[in-house]
Amino acid sequence: MKAGNLVANGAAGAAILAASLGCLVLGVLAVAGDGSKALTRLLTFYRPTGPLSGVSTVAIVVWLAAWLVGNRVWRGKTIALGKVCGAAFVFLGLALLLTFPPVGDLLLGK
Amino acid sequence: MQITGRDLVTIIHGMLFGGLFLMACFGVLVLLHGSLSSRGGAELTVAGRRRERIFLVAMVVLGWGAVLSGAYFVYPWYRAIPPAGVTNPGAYPQRLLLADPHTAGWHTLGMEWKEHVAWMAPILMTMVAFVLMKYEGVGEEHRRVRSTAVVFALVALLAGAVAAGFGALIDKQAPVTGGSTINLMRGAR
Repeated sequence: MKAGNLVANGAAGAAILAASLGCLVLGVLAVAGDGSKALTRLLTFYRPTGPLSGVSTVAIVVWLAAWLVGNRVWRGKTIALGKVCGAAFVFLGLALLLTFPPVGDLLLGK
Repeated sequence: MQITGRDLVTIIHGMLFGGLFLMACFGVLVLLHGSLSSRGGAELTVAGRRRERIFLVAMVVLGWGAVLSGAYFVYPWYRAIPPAGVTNPGAYPQRLLLADPHTAGWHTLGMEWKEHVAWMAPILMTMVAFVLMKYEGVGEEHRRVRSTAVVFALVALLAGAVAAGFGALIDKQAPVTGGSTINLMRGAR
């Protein structure tokens, strides 16, 4: 884990990228689910909550899976954190845009 | 003085879990700001580190408590469809809001934004808590990690604030209420 006095940053990179990816999946599914009745039905894991149950569950599963895989690959390694954080900020920005209903409506032509 | 069972669950969701989570997010930002602005600053004691860890874990639990209680308890009551023959949509907040063009925006913008953006907050703060615990005491070597954590914590705070703000405002317009009655205090004679 430690190289000299330095702690490898791979575990942090994996956590940061996975969290932003989970948020992006949340945003993409929120818009996609709104635009497709078939997907809405598919994402309705729990009927009283509706498609939100599937949107949030899939996003959480993708986040945790990406974190697990990223952590296995990058743990103990020193990675180019600048690039990882850059990608994470792009994912997070897109996620914020996609979860804002007027943007989703614009993309779906509503 | 009475409240209903649904009022109580809504209070637990919004004020206990949501409100305390937002305060904890702000606390993490203060923590991160402190660690970024002090170069080789004061080291925490073992007890101090343990308290910091307990605080971070509690924050994560509060965040997940807020979104899960919202999605699986309060939201189903909010979006319930009235049975055929019901003419007063008062007990069906989503229907009540959509029935009037002046209030429909509370659902079409407010609730639809809140219900999705809220989930980002616990995801991001779980990551921030992990990073802070994993890299505690080595902040100086990992300023970029901590700077990134600040941005993510700010986004989480924003997401949580949007969710909490709209939640409170929507509940004022069309409250989620009903269920069994809980007596808090006897009325005046």
